[in-house]
Amino acid sequence: MNGGDLVVIGNGMVGQRFVDALRARDPQGRWRVTVLAEEGRPAYDRVRLSAYFDGVSESELNLHTPHDGVRLRLGEPATAIDRVRRVVTTAVGEYRYDMLVLATGSYAFVPPVPGVELPGVFVYRTLDDLAAIRAYAQGRRAGAVIGGGLLGLEAANALRLLGLSTDVVEFAPRLMPVQVDQAGGAMLRRYVDDLGVRTHLGVATTAIRSGPDGGVAALALSDGGAIDAELVVVAAGIRPRDQLARDAGLPLGPRGGVLVDATCRSADERIWAVGECAAVDGTCHGLVAPGYATAEVVADRLVGGAATFPGADTATKLKLLGVDVASFGDAHGTTPGCLDVTFTDPATRVYAKLVLSDDAHTLLGGVLVGDASAYPTLRASVGGPLPAAPLALLAPDGGGADAGALPTTAQVCSCNAVTRGDVDAAIADGCTDVPALKACTRAGTSCGSCVPTLKQLLDAAGVAQSSALCEHFDVSRRELFEIVRVRGIRTFSRLVAEHGRGRGCDICKPVVASILASLGSGHVLDGEQASLQDTNDHFLANLQRDGSYSVVPRIPGGEITPEKLIVIGEVARDFQLYTKITGGQRIDLFGARVEQLPQIWRRLVDAGFESGHAYGKALRTVKSCVGETWCRYGVQDSVGLAIALELRYRGLRAPHKIKSAVSGCARECAEARSKDFGIIATETGWNLYVGGNGGFRPRHADLFATDLSTEALITLIDRFLIYYIRTADRLQRTAGWVEALDGGLDHLRSVIVDDSLGLCAELDAAMARHVATYSDEWRDVLDDPDRLRRYTSFVNAPDVPDPSITFSQERGQPVPAGDSQPARPLPTDGHRRQPVTLGLPEVRR
Amino acid sequence: MTQTITLSWTTICPLDRLEPDRGVAALVDGAQVALFRTPDGLFAIDNRDPVSGAYVLSRGIVGSRGGVPTVASPLHKQVYDLRSGHCLDLPGVAVARHDARCRDGLVEVRLRQEG
Repeated sequence: MNGGDLVVIGNGMVGQRFVDALRARDPQGRWRVTVLAEEGRPAYDRVRLSAYFDGVSESELNLHTPHDGVRLRLGEPATAIDRVRRVVTTAVGEYRYDMLVLATGSYAFVPPVPGVELPGVFVYRTLDDLAAIRAYAQGRRAGAVIGGGLLGLEAANALRLLGLSTDVVEFAPRLMPVQVDQAGGAMLRRYVDDLGVRTHLGVATTAIRSGPDGGVAALALSDGGAIDAELVVVAAGIRPRDQLARDAGLPLGPRGGVLVDATCRSADERIWAVGECAAVDGTCHGLVAPGYATAEVVADRLVGGAATFPGADTATKLKLLGVDVASFGDAHGTTPGCLDVTFTDPATRVYAKLVLSDDAHTLLGGVLVGDASAYPTLRASVGGPLPAAPLALLAPDGGGADAGALPTTAQVCSCNAVTRGDVDAAIADGCTDVPALKACTRAGTSCGSCVPTLKQLLDAAGVAQSSALCEHFDVSRRELFEIVRVRGIRTFSRLVAEHGRGRGCDICKPVVASILASLGSGHVLDGEQASLQDTNDHFLANLQRDGSYSVVPRIPGGEITPEKLIVIGEVARDFQLYTKITGGQRIDLFGARVEQLPQIWRRLVDAGFESGHAYGKALRTVKSCVGETWCRYGVQDSVGLAIALELRYRGLRAPHKIKSAVSGCARECAEARSKDFGIIATETGWNLYVGGNGGFRPRHADLFATDLSTEALITLIDRFLIYYIRTADRLQRTAGWVEALDGGLDHLRSVIVDDSLGLCAELDAAMARHVATYSDEWRDVLDDPDRLRRYTSFVNAPDVPDPSITFSQERGQPVPAGDSQPARPLPTDGHRRQPVTLGLPEVRR
Repeated sequence: MTQTITLSWTTICPLDRLEPDRGVAALVDGAQVALFRTPDGLFAIDNRDPVSGAYVLSRGIVGSRGGVPTVASPLHKQVYDLRSGHCLDLPGVAVARHDARCRDGLVEVRLRQEG
């Protein structure tokens, strides 16, 4: 049979992959597909479930793509299979099938401990579970996890992020007993200890006890101890969901699961099983990669193919609680006669083990904890000869494991299943840098741990990765910053003479202007600096499409008095400016001509306003909600903090514009997580998020530190900003900068929290100097006749308004007249150049 | 065939009124001209950005590309050769250039009309 009615029970990751795979192989739509989903939402990335607590939204986890000829019935679980009538029953109706695919997944195993049914005990399987955990955690302080495996540690991190103290109870004598050996588990435990997560190994939970409110209050342990826990997550393993098959009389595997052969077909030739509910030749696989393999096999079989299950790849590489953990092949050394080579460095907290054949020539498997950079090479080498001497392979920087040696089938990015072959193909198609590879292949866009590998692959392909700023400087912005700082250079002309060539351009000049501003070199329009500025900085206003400018006065935190509102209104009325409230809680005044700018500023400055720096690559705004002052839910003074931060960082020049926000509670009305740095109040302090971006490629900020005092918060932001300003590329937002940092957020933490580079005193001093020397750029111009001379329409006719700037009315306000712009006045006979037909203007970066 | 119409020289301003490596706008015989003072000399081109239609080229950043003196449009950054008016990023696009000189400390401009 090669077409007909196909029913799929389950819309998890594997169920969705099956539908995608079938649709790709059956473009004519010979199979009419109905998918019955238990959950109310379509397939999502369950592997990244924990990212939900890190600010990743439900929509970002979505895996569902609609297909023609596929009916998705959400919230409609199958209740029975009638194999004789070939009908699946739900609470709503019946679905006839010619073929049936079971993709029911697994459920969390909950051990039969007394008290397990108490309010406050959760499993960790679905987004609904996570939402329930988050809601229940509100206002509670102690949590515990039963199970110290992969899922248990993820749950522990989630509780930690929710602000709960966290205990983990594991029956085995080590953490992650399935993937990691004793020594690896011990190293992992040291990391976990550092995070304040307490582990109880080799003990079982004997009872879950309730408190006065009837909810869970404590765990009793088999060693006689007890743990306070107002919220408990059970992560003690999973079991295949095979009840439907069981009820339908289908044979099961020895440890449950629908028994299928290597083609994933059950004893009933019309019924197939994929993913965690399938016992392929008797064995269930609890990982997504083997699940995807089964989905591909069945999709192939249903269009007449001959695919068989290739065997499970149980290799895993994870970043758990910020720690790299990888395990592959025969990690526990069960092959007879095998040899172990291990490397343990307590100082750098790296543990690595290679399992070799008895002749030490063939790699069988291994375990990596603390540094998994060698994983792609090692995993791809399992079953073959060692790619280098064992000790070289185990060196902490993976130095012996260059990605250039990888086979094309090696998975470079395990988050997005991107192989070396995919990356090489993208490079052959013209990708010349890591951002291009990310956009083209999705590699490196999830956890980011493969970014160094991507760089190695570009090197291996012979793609020279230039860090040259432009034709005038061979160095990157970061290096240029260091040159200017260390050598004390304060002029562009000296810099380009000594370290560059030519006369500069619109790329390097603003970069140098920004660097000089960051190093405290006076007013941005002082002396030669004036010639470096982009037109916005040159006129301290925003150039608009018609050649007019907009003016944005600072309104710190978005708080403004009625008197000041009236002044803005009067200025706008008197100069006939278009007014608009910006996305950052400021008021933008559009349509000012160059010669009007000082007059407008004069009125604003006299009323107590100052430059809002809306023109600069600088701190723009700190948004806020009303916080506890007015809001029923606010727990801290978000307005007060936002004002303090905006005043502290006003005028701070950076590689890109910077925005911030402060929310007074977790409802997040200020949208702080879409900002370069965002702060969310908790009952016990401030949570700091960094690296968010509401721009071209939206990105939620990452949670960086929790429950900070105001003083600690400001110290961290100071260092974050200065470190960013000193080391980012030109026009690189904080989001891209954090993603590109080798070591990511952990590196950032080590530098600005633990002072691993010994830079913190210098960063603090740089910010202190910025704060101490701030002065309002508008007022400085108004006070200086030389600078004021720039603000004329025409050098030889300073009072003649630019005739090309004209307005029409729209919704009661002036807007650029557009096509009715007057043509260039012609001197004599009206002789005109021919109009030029243009393609889209090229936008250079 | 190229026909060039030249008008008379117009005095604009003292040379020290122009900042090095920066432009200004000037009105010459009713036309908007962008006037630049660079180490390579004085340059005058139309102030109108031919890509956007806005009169803004005088506000662009001055520099060089491959030794050629340039200005970049402040709107969308297309780069123009100050000597010829040719756009170095968009083939076929150009802006009119005019004559500029300094006499007795005064800057003078003469419009050129090329067709």
